[in-house]
Amino acid sequence: MTKQQANWSPYDNNGGSCVAIAGSDYCVIAADTRMSTGYNILTRDYSKISHLAEKCVMASSGFQADVKALQKVLSARHLTYQHQHNKQMSCPAMAQLLSNTLYYKRFFPYYSFNVLGGLDSEGKGCVFTYDAVGSYERVGYSSQGSGSTLIMPFLDNQLKSPSPLLLPAQDAVTPLSETEAVDLVKTVFASATERDIYTGDKVEIVILNASGIHREFMDLRKD
Amino acid sequence: MKLDTSGLESFPSLILHGNDVAGEISAPPSFDLPNSNDFDGFLKEAIQMVKPAKGTTTLAFIFKEGVMVAADSRASMGGYICECLSTLLFGTGRVLCYLLLIKQFFFFFIASQSVKKIIEINPYMLGTMAGGAADCQFWHRNLGIKCRLHELANKRRISVTGASKLLANILYSYRGMGLSVGTMIAGWDETGPGLYYVDSEGGRLKGTRFSVGSGSPYAYGVLDSGYKYDMSIEEASELARRAIYHATFRDGASGGVASVYYVGPTGWKKLSGDDVGELHYHYNPVTPSTTVEQEMVDAAAA
Repeated sequence: MTKQQANWSPYDNNGGSCVAIAGSDYCVIAADTRMSTGYNILTRDYSKISHLAEKCVMASSGFQADVKALQKVLSARHLTYQHQHNKQMSCPAMAQLLSNTLYYKRFFPYYSFNVLGGLDSEGKGCVFTYDAVGSYERVGYSSQGSGSTLIMPFLDNQLKSPSPLLLPAQDAVTPLSETEAVDLVKTVFASATERDIYTGDKVEIVILNASGIHREFMDLRKD
Repeated sequence: MKLDTSGLESFPSLILHGNDVAGEISAPPSFDLPNSNDFDGFLKEAIQMVKPAKGTTTLAFIFKEGVMVAADSRASMGGYICECLSTLLFGTGRVLCYLLLIKQFFFFFIASQSVKKIIEINPYMLGTMAGGAADCQFWHRNLGIKCRLHELANKRRISVTGASKLLANILYSYRGMGLSVGTMIAGWDETGPGLYYVDSEGGRLKGTRFSVGSGSPYAYGVLDSGYKYDMSIEEASELARRAIYHATFRDGASGGVASVYYVGPTGWKKLSGDDVGELHYHYNPVTPSTTVEQEMVDAAAA
């Protein structure tokens, strides 16, 4: 009796790329809006970004059904937190919550590659980058998704920030201004769209700063 | 299949388990498992599809003044894509990576050069990370919780022996499920400095010198040849730093920043964090040569 193989997979990859950049008093989070499966485009207008808390935004690429489930779990937990503590969750707290939520599905992972961006308690930008099972670290910038291999080297070149492990410690956030960072993000997505078939259509850019949240869109190549 | 989740319990649950969504969210944490008949096979296949990446160098040793712990900071992500389901994980050391199903071929990709591989469990105990990054981060944090609870329940700090035993028992109960953890627990307790190696196969070894990861052979070479029990803290930290540097030089999967920590009677202290590229030129300074190898002279007029 031969071993039975599963004839379907619970996972699918809907493609897409996300990027986040932390600044001294702002954070830019961006993701494209194309959702694909195999060589087909399912929609050109799908938001991969979720506003989890007042100062905390998550962008996720990968399997969007798992992403949607993850977003729902996190916003429910955040609501519970607000009821119990009478305040919003801070970005580092949400980062830890996301890590634990991902790890509790260690043996049947959420197929979701996340990037969390926001402002910490001092108002400085912070970006947290994750793998699929919850290992995370705070960084100055990050990208995830199908275009990340194209985007990361470019960000390393433009934004290379000193490692947070160096002693004496050096600041990891980029010295760029907010408009420069947004321009950089637009450039990055335009380039990634050229070479990655899963990235394109539109890029949704969310900017978090002291005055609140601001969202803008830019068109990308649709081919 | 009943999974032993007692490793996750650190507090009695005050909330009754309901069958509704609210109950699920506030219920004590438990691991979701796939609904497959062959759980073992599900995980084994995922692991088999993966080419294990072993990118790290960590080391720790006991000497007269305490314990010295050092590690690199590179995380690599690698493997082939296959038709099967898998997911991409960051890995360091004896990694377990699941891999993703798109028809691309990933060469060894450096996921990060700034991974914290030395995890601060509590102010007097450190753990090193090798293997699955998420596994190490999560279980070290869990160990920190258990150590704190022990302190509160027993009004005294837990020993390094006890802490490493807690971790080893948890990892043993998940043996065969695909966790990948190769860690060293280093600390200072009432009996003095303590160092244990604990891994996800359930092994736990007490010792005075350990190195874990793909760069460990190189690190052992430097460490063993330079080790003396009666070193000062400066000598020991320089030995540790050199060992990591040499391992990053020869092992492609190790690199980034060499961090060195010291654990003494008052707890741990980070001694240095140096970029290994800069360390290379520090150890091998480039002297501009004053003599020219070949010099062009005018040809004598015929």
